Amino acid sequence: MSMPAPGVYIEELEPVLDAVDRRLIVATQEGLPRVPQPYHALAAQIGVSAAEVMARLRRMLETGVIRRIGAVPNHYALGFRANGMTVWNVPDGRVREFGQKIGALDFVSHCYHRPRHLPDWPYNLFAMVHGRDRAEVEAKVARIAELLGEADRGHAVLYSTRILKKTGLRIG
Amino acid sequence: MDAVDRAIVNDLQGGFPISEHPYAEVATRLGLSEDELLRRIDALLENGTLTRFGPMYHAERLGGALTLAAMKIPAADFERVTQIVNAFPEVAHNYAREHEFSMWFVLATETPERIGEVIAEIERATGYRVYNLPKLEEFYVGLRFEV
Repeated sequence: MSMPAPGVYIEELEPVLDAVDRRLIVATQEGLPRVPQPYHALAAQIGVSAAEVMARLRRMLETGVIRRIGAVPNHYALGFRANGMTVWNVPDGRVREFGQKIGALDFVSHCYHRPRHLPDWPYNLFAMVHGRDRAEVEAKVARIAELLGEADRGHAVLYSTRILKKTGLRIG
Repeated sequence: MDAVDRAIVNDLQGGFPISEHPYAEVATRLGLSEDELLRRIDALLENGTLTRFGPMYHAERLGGALTLAAMKIPAADFERVTQIVNAFPEVAHNYAREHEFSMWFVLATETPERIGEVIAEIERATGYRVYNLPKLEEFYVGLRFEV
């Protein structure tokens, strides 16, 4: 067995959330307070010091429990009205190779390997492409098809027509 | 939305500071007063330009689980099924898409086992099959809109 490289001891990186972390997560489910000292406001709410709130948020960012602190725009409101979920059928052995290439494109916001459900659903690679209109999305889809070449064994673009529900993550 | 709002939306998609006066810090780099920044963020949330402002949690790392699920729902039955699916608190997002697979939703549950249970409950309640499409590998997540 080869020695693992330093820093890849996955078990040690598993975040352990205690009761205070949980209270902090619940307190920020609706977002960060919009007051000059939001971390102090959270501290008062959950009964710890502001320094502790900030230290815990930093730790959760480091361990990846928090992806980032920031804003989530409504892409419809921003004028990105054509939202195409592009799905591709590529050879299983090349999913990672193409996933990395497609994910690196600046117009792709998410790229995932997902399972097929044959025969109904033959697609195993998903890439979200956003554009101001469908022509813009189609042009981007053509660029992905070109990149895949003959590894593209079929693809589809699923445009979203309506947001039926959108809520934050519920935990508690 | 004016140029100042656009600068705010672009800036806030990056890392918001963890500090004593984080809004003042952001306001300074945008050339605004803290008060104006706070007022504009409130307005952007209120008018729906922003859907959320705060920490974005990584569900799997909270001990929970996430999956993407799809259903083939005929147009005539779409509203009924939407109501049933949306009533599940585990359904975080739900989108209508132009395809035979017409309903796409994200399930976020506190435990991995709960994903399968919710899928079975949705299938029972709606009478339609739910296709479970969990991510097997993530290549990039950089959802960011320059405006």
